[in-house]
Amino acid sequence: MARFKKDAGTKSVKINTASLPDIIFMLLFFFMVTTTMRETTLFVRTQMPPASEVQKLERKSLVSFIYIGPPIQYQVFGTEPRIQLNDAFATLNEIAPYVAAEREARNEAERNQITTSLKVDRDTKMGIVTDVKQELRKSNALKINYSTTRGEVVAGRR
Amino acid sequence: MARMNPEINAGSMADIAFLLLIFFLVTTTMDVDSGILRVLPPPIDPNAPPPPPVRERNVFVVLIDYQDRILVEGQLGNINTLREQTKEFLLNRTNDPNLPEKRMVEIENLGETEVSRGIISLQNDRGTSYEMYIAVQNELAAAINELRNDLSREKFGKRFDELTDEDLIKAIREAVPMAISEAEPKDIGGGR
Repeated sequence: MARFKKDAGTKSVKINTASLPDIIFMLLFFFMVTTTMRETTLFVRTQMPPASEVQKLERKSLVSFIYIGPPIQYQVFGTEPRIQLNDAFATLNEIAPYVAAEREARNEAERNQITTSLKVDRDTKMGIVTDVKQELRKSNALKINYSTTRGEVVAGRR
Repeated sequence: MARMNPEINAGSMADIAFLLLIFFLVTTTMDVDSGILRVLPPPIDPNAPPPPPVRERNVFVVLIDYQDRILVEGQLGNINTLREQTKEFLLNRTNDPNLPEKRMVEIENLGETEVSRGIISLQNDRGTSYEMYIAVQNELAAAINELRNDLSREKFGKRFDELTDEDLIKAIREAVPMAISEAEPKDIGGGR
């Protein structure tokens, strides 16, 4: 015991912190790899309706998004709901090429597993959504996901 | 000049890395996208023969009009009672001739099981609000999920969403199919 005490007294112990940055960098890289950056800037408002019977979208790399909603800059673009694909407003005719491009970007083996996630604003009318669905059917993108938030449906809200 | 052994102080390196780490934590999203998954019917081949008609008793028509009113089997319905109505329709406990037929199917892990032939046909107007549409979709899905839960509890002693065995999940899915058909669009009129 005495000896132990003596050792501690004479040497000032300095922990080597040289590897600390490496550990932090490893954490950093882990987060960079696992998370995704928001790629698109939204031009339309997509406040999604709540639903309780939701399923998770399993593989994010196999999901392509279609946004429908009233433009955020309604002073410029009006309040009529618009479709947004990638980084621009789009018309119905542009959906088929978009689906084809999304398919082209994926692995050949996984092309039939692509899910199209419809992020639609809650106040949108079904007309435009039906049109989009018909376009998707025509281009054979049959797996769709009505994107919702988790929550109880408030019955009777108009 | 004496040669110095330069030793850079790397103590702040950790801080810099921490800053970067926190920046990434803040800017990236980890939220998992969730929603109601559906499979659209394949496009109709104009040359193909028309499909055999489905019997009236097997179809449960839910129609939402442009004012978000619900018409269930020709009668004004309510979102609060839709779930029960759907379950009643699919179960057909009393073998009512107006409710869907059932057929016996041999399913792995379940044995001979009664499977309803009922199909829910969801129709909407162009003027229906998306929120109402999702609310109805949600109720229909909830009805089917509840039926699946009941069956799963009865057979396997667990709720359907607690099952982990893929084969059992498949068996339940087969016994209570998610038979929701999103109808071909038609203009009922009235809406935009």
